[in-house]
Amino acid sequence: MTVKTERLVDLFEQGLDAPICLTWELTYACNLSCTHCLSSSGRRDPRELSTAEAKAVIDELEAMQVFYVNIGGGEPTVRPDFWELLDYATAHRVGVKFSTNGVRITPEAARRLAANDYVDVQISLDGATAEVNDAVRGPGSYDTALRAMANLAEAGMKNFKMSVVCTRHNIGQLDDFREIADRYGAQLRLTRLRPSGRGADVWDELHPLPEQQRELYDWLVEHGDRVLTGDSFFHLSAFGSSLPGLNLCGAGRVVCLIDPVGDVYACPFAIHEEFLAGNVRDEGGFAEVWRHSELFLGLREPQQGGACTSCSFYDTCKGGCMAAKFFTGLPLDGPDPECVQGHGESLLAGHREVPAPSGDHSHRTTPSRRPVPVTISRSLPPRPAHPPVSACQESPLAGIPVR
Amino acid sequence: MTATPDTRPTTPEFDLDRAWDLHPQVSVRPEPFGALLYHFGTRRLSFLKDRGLLSVVQALAAAPTARAACQAAGAGEDDVPRYTRALAVLARSSMLTERHPGP
Repeated sequence: MTVKTERLVDLFEQGLDAPICLTWELTYACNLSCTHCLSSSGRRDPRELSTAEAKAVIDELEAMQVFYVNIGGGEPTVRPDFWELLDYATAHRVGVKFSTNGVRITPEAARRLAANDYVDVQISLDGATAEVNDAVRGPGSYDTALRAMANLAEAGMKNFKMSVVCTRHNIGQLDDFREIADRYGAQLRLTRLRPSGRGADVWDELHPLPEQQRELYDWLVEHGDRVLTGDSFFHLSAFGSSLPGLNLCGAGRVVCLIDPVGDVYACPFAIHEEFLAGNVRDEGGFAEVWRHSELFLGLREPQQGGACTSCSFYDTCKGGCMAAKFFTGLPLDGPDPECVQGHGESLLAGHREVPAPSGDHSHRTTPSRRPVPVTISRSLPPRPAHPPVSACQESPLAGIPVR
Repeated sequence: MTATPDTRPTTPEFDLDRAWDLHPQVSVRPEPFGALLYHFGTRRLSFLKDRGLLSVVQALAAAPTARAACQAAGAGEDDVPRYTRALAVLARSSMLTERHPGP
């Protein structure tokens, strides 16, 4: 229905009255500790939005006509009010697509989901074999995901999604993934590994190698009509023809993220204070943040191509993913770290400073993979103002200077 | 996101002289450039790249025919062919349904 010569992507660059694609991480709590978790999830944040606050957000989304939200986490289904919020959203004509590792998708839950037309489910699976999957997502997670898919299929849920983060270890399994999806009547969705959250710690060893990117591109060109990508791979369009989708960084223009404590970020892959636009608890709520935050208004300005302007593929790849550049310490107006023309590699090899994470909800039982800087000093500690109080001191006034 | 801007030249297979409605599962959201349409059943997103076309779509429910909706929305004779093509695309993706007179 093109009635003007303007392309949609040009219209979207200026932003919309409300997001098309809104991701809402309901909780940082998670039963898993995936090595590449975008949101560094694990432990619940005590400031998490209450049920009433979450419902108020849904009311706002309804008023703004946000057609659907992508709910994630953490593992959203571990929130005790998850099903209540799901029903509330769909009753208010806000469709829900939620991502889960499958832990709570029992036969009963699957039947409930299959009965609701406004709900879509996305099961995460990052390996077509338990070996490849569990290395990233943890022991038992492959079986959990497949059990959930079996329950959904058994309940008659049609076209739910099976979502795969593409890594160095699973690019060779693309056909196998499709076979698994077909087996359960699911639709395959492939997404890009981002160096966000804990992903920053494993990106160097997990991101697809240059020849694997080509393999992925060719596979998407051949099978793209049956596979969803969430517009993940627009940086690959510099291989040749554009892949289906908008091929635009939608951050702050058509997408954004609400985190479990109500913070609003420019995109799901940018949970960092640099991309924090506001909080839904602030006056004016989410609509105010979306429509007037300085960060989002800035992102809707025409972007400068910087070092990429002279590249003949700039018009299709637009310099790639902002979050991928930020978290690998590359300039935002330069090439994507995985630029298929090879312009990112020399930058990655050179001096760069990877930004420190601005938050972390990882389980404390799993040792951090990030090196911890330790300062070793030989100087003596300053003498304390009062001598330390022994644990055996019985006087209630011990350590308190009494004149 | 299954954004599918349809840019193919289309043969209008759309009867302007019948009554049409938005599908009950379709939501319309006006935007500065036109509007977004979302079908909760097919989970597809469509775009109206023109405010005039949005007025036509909004006029369908109260108009006896799509042609009357065009007139009600103030569309000129020159606009009708391209609006017809756009309506045909919407009908093909189930965004519009034909309204049959009740018993």
